[in-house]
Amino acid sequence: METSRDDFVIAIRSAFLKKGNQQRFSLIALIIFSTIIISLGRVNFKPIDYLKITLKEVVYRSSFIISIPENYTKTIYQAVKNHLVLYSEFSNMQNEIKKIKGEKKVSDYIVIENKRLKKIFEDYIVNAKETVAKVLIDKQSPFLKTIVLNKGSKDNVSLGMAVLDGEYLVGKVVEVNYLTSRILLLSDLNSKIPATIEPDGYQAILSGTGKDFGIIQYSKENYIPNKNGIVYTSGSGEIFKAGIPIGKIEINKLNKEAKINFFSDFSQLKFVTVLSFKKEKE
Amino acid sequence: MIEFSKNSIISNFPRHVPILLLYIAVLNEFDFNYLGTSSFSFNFPFILIFYWSLKKSESLGYGLIFIAGLFNDVVVGLPIGISSLNYLLICGFASYLRNITLSPSLIKDWIFFLISILVVNSLNYSLLVLFFSYELDLSALVTNIVFTFLLYFLFAHGFQFYQKIVFGN
Repeated sequence: METSRDDFVIAIRSAFLKKGNQQRFSLIALIIFSTIIISLGRVNFKPIDYLKITLKEVVYRSSFIISIPENYTKTIYQAVKNHLVLYSEFSNMQNEIKKIKGEKKVSDYIVIENKRLKKIFEDYIVNAKETVAKVLIDKQSPFLKTIVLNKGSKDNVSLGMAVLDGEYLVGKVVEVNYLTSRILLLSDLNSKIPATIEPDGYQAILSGTGKDFGIIQYSKENYIPNKNGIVYTSGSGEIFKAGIPIGKIEINKLNKEAKINFFSDFSQLKFVTVLSFKKEKE
Repeated sequence: MIEFSKNSIISNFPRHVPILLLYIAVLNEFDFNYLGTSSFSFNFPFILIFYWSLKKSESLGYGLIFIAGLFNDVVVGLPIGISSLNYLLICGFASYLRNITLSPSLIKDWIFFLISILVVNSLNYSLLVLFFSYELDLSALVTNIVFTFLLYFLFAHGFQFYQKIVFGN
């Protein structure tokens, strides 16, 4: 009994304290060092922040270069996939365009009317700053759904700015470096966005799930959304302007739970628009 | 003399492939998200670090593993130092197993690898949730652990083959 405990202690000591062949540091020294970095990072210790900033500028660019072969494979895979469904997609799109052309005439009128009414209430919001950025890294880990853009504080990107893929909201800026910035995608578990569900006009919080869809949180318990409902930003909290399309509601037939399928495919982002909003002055 | 050093760099290159692979893995973070397989993910650096720390600890320097962890934190967006700690603990587990093993077998390594990643991922999860108030999807973490464990067997065979060619034992 005594001997086996001694063996255990010797094995542990040898594993963690002894420097191995051609090792410059012992394992325990580096583990302690990592723990110190984690603790100091938690309390926002300045030198750790500088270390982070330096690492980010170097690593984001290196990661972009290293990812070129995988991105190339991704492009080829998508191209082949698109070619295979080209004909059916084309027929569907033709029908859709016909339908949209009709609807656009009606919506044009509504947009003008809405603009006029909002100006009366002095609540007409316009884009203040707009920057088009390239997605450098879209390594969405199983736990965190973020992307890195090639624009940072040098290009007037600031924390909290909205990020759009075409007309659709994809996330917001959560970290700004000098030349790069990190975006928290709507699909991330930590993402919470005030939203409106149309046509009911219901206010709720859209939360990410860590998967490729979102859910409605903090809504009235008995509320069952319209199965074809569209989710837009509500503009509450004045983070984003109201009415940016986010996704479409899909109701699970079995458990009646609503999930939100995002309009934008977050795994296919190449260029995005980063923008902030302000109220229009006369 | 120059010719000699050039030759030594080229001849030593295969010996540095594990560390090179580790850096490619952390900087690229293969995700396969374009295949639409959202439920499939595995931690390649864990497999690589465990195998090479166990079989040829000198092929991966602890200092370099520590830096690779910092790079991984930056790429994935985790608090700085977390991945370094995880990687070094994996090294610790591998080193402990190396010390207590008299007759190595892949199955024993495999089972011990499962224990190692369970402990390390639990610590990682606790740190992120309790210390940094992150919200994490537990099911994604479990899927990641299962695939990492299953794929260890496959990668270990590949690494073993490479080890025999390059290191000769």
